[in-house]
Amino acid sequence: MTTPQATQSTGQAGQPEEIKAVPVRHPGRWLAAAVVLVLVAMFVHTLVTNPRFQWNVIWSYFLSSRVLDGLEITILLTVVAMAIGIVLGVVLAVMRLSANPLLSWASWMYIWFFRGTPVLVQLLFWFNLAFLYPRVSLSVPFGPSFVHANANDLITALTAAILGLGLNEGAYMAEIVRAGILSVEHGQVEAAQALGMSRAQTMRRIVLPQAMRVIIPPTGNETISMLKTSSLASVITVTELLYAVQLIYAVNFKTIPLLIVASIWYLIATSVLTVGQYYIERHYARGSVREQPPTPWQRLRRSLLTFHAPVPEPPSQLPLREGR
Amino acid sequence: MVLAECLHKSFGRLEVLRGIDLEVARREVVCIIGPSGSGKSTLLRCVNHLEKINSGRLWVDGELVGYRQHGGRLYELREREICAKRAEIGMVFQQFNLFPHMTALENVIEAPIRVKGISKAQAAELAGQLLDRAGLKDKASAYPKQLSGGQQQRVAIARALAMQPKLMLFDEPTSALDPELVGDVLAVMRDLATSGMTMIVVTHEMGFAREVADVLVFMDEGIVVEAGRPREVLSNPQHERTRAFLSKVL
Repeated sequence: MTTPQATQSTGQAGQPEEIKAVPVRHPGRWLAAAVVLVLVAMFVHTLVTNPRFQWNVIWSYFLSSRVLDGLEITILLTVVAMAIGIVLGVVLAVMRLSANPLLSWASWMYIWFFRGTPVLVQLLFWFNLAFLYPRVSLSVPFGPSFVHANANDLITALTAAILGLGLNEGAYMAEIVRAGILSVEHGQVEAAQALGMSRAQTMRRIVLPQAMRVIIPPTGNETISMLKTSSLASVITVTELLYAVQLIYAVNFKTIPLLIVASIWYLIATSVLTVGQYYIERHYARGSVREQPPTPWQRLRRSLLTFHAPVPEPPSQLPLREGR
Repeated sequence: MVLAECLHKSFGRLEVLRGIDLEVARREVVCIIGPSGSGKSTLLRCVNHLEKINSGRLWVDGELVGYRQHGGRLYELREREICAKRAEIGMVFQQFNLFPHMTALENVIEAPIRVKGISKAQAAELAGQLLDRAGLKDKASAYPKQLSGGQQQRVAIARALAMQPKLMLFDEPTSALDPELVGDVLAVMRDLATSGMTMIVVTHEMGFAREVADVLVFMDEGIVVEAGRPREVLSNPQHERTRAFLSKVL
């Protein structure tokens, strides 16, 4: 118990004196921190002292052209498959919400099929499409054809991987986009229509930009997930990052060091994507909060430029659009 | 300007409008009052075809709303034609419905650029004048979240006026506002009425209705119970239902 004297004592300027109390101790936190520290130390110790990690091998392959080529294919697969997925996702989501029951049903069926089968099976399926359709042709439906091609020439391992990953992604993106569209208040559509905007204009200018706030975070997840899922393309002989290192260790048997090389590159790529996602989210959050908090970079720059202990500045000095 | 004959509108089995007859002359201000659920907002939304009527006829500026009559048959209008007609009718909503991802200025210039196809510079100039008239000159680059309710509603009015409409619809424009902010919005509306705009205003502001309206319409249960000069309707209501409603709100 504190005495009434202690609580009522005042400072010099007549202001209540600042409270100086003994803080509550948290022995549990110290114990937990100690356990974590020991585990981290053990991990670092084994990384450094276990010679079988073969760090010299890791660094010698880290920037080798075969690994970098693999990384390039991985990034290409991720970018193209996500682009297909996003475009397809928007189309499928708009179809799903359409007043036309046939379009809505077709979209539902697509999502049902591509979410309902493993992406690995879809990849193998596209890779082996030539068994089902040896020849592919461009023609009038049920009528004469103009151009033919051999399916084996048309569907290379890379195109099979792009198709498999992209079409599968479209089904997931469709649900993400649909959730985003549904999150926009109906009053927004009415306001746009009352101004004479067409349904297409309303969707493009009013609904989708607002839906983006809901769409971006899961899309970032999907992109990071896609970066890693693209390693499945190794089973259909696409020399992306994983298959590139597999080809190397199949010859020299340095399996673990090369898998670590691939893992480090995957970590670097996902880190870059995470930073990108942060800034895109900021861009689409404009207008949704009164003021945006400064980015870590802005905070760093500001504390470097002020030359004294960083005082938390009111965020009101920040132009809202700076996230662009 | 607006002519409604025996208008009916149902949502499922609920009949919201049960035979509305209404006439609004050019440059006239009509205020609609009535208890909630009486169909006031629905009537307003029918005028710019946000709701489809089930029967009756509705004309705006001599043309049927939503349909074209040809050889004794009605044809639904195409989306493009409906949009063109809506572009001539401004609407202000109870919840403002400003576009939150755009600044005040961007809100106002969006439709003139996209729908009317005028240049950005021209649209911005007109928008500047309108925001100025609404007392929001220095708020052009603010996002709706950074504005008070009263300021947001005045931006919404400027947004509607930017399309240079020949008719303005107000759907309880001050009902979502804090009491001390109502006055600014009503002042902008009064200014607009004085400038000769044709207006239909659904409102609970009896003072505004008494002062500004040329005609006051009392609606209840989907029909027009009484209509006339505001002073007469307010001080000497002819119908029991009008008397009962007014005794509660005045």
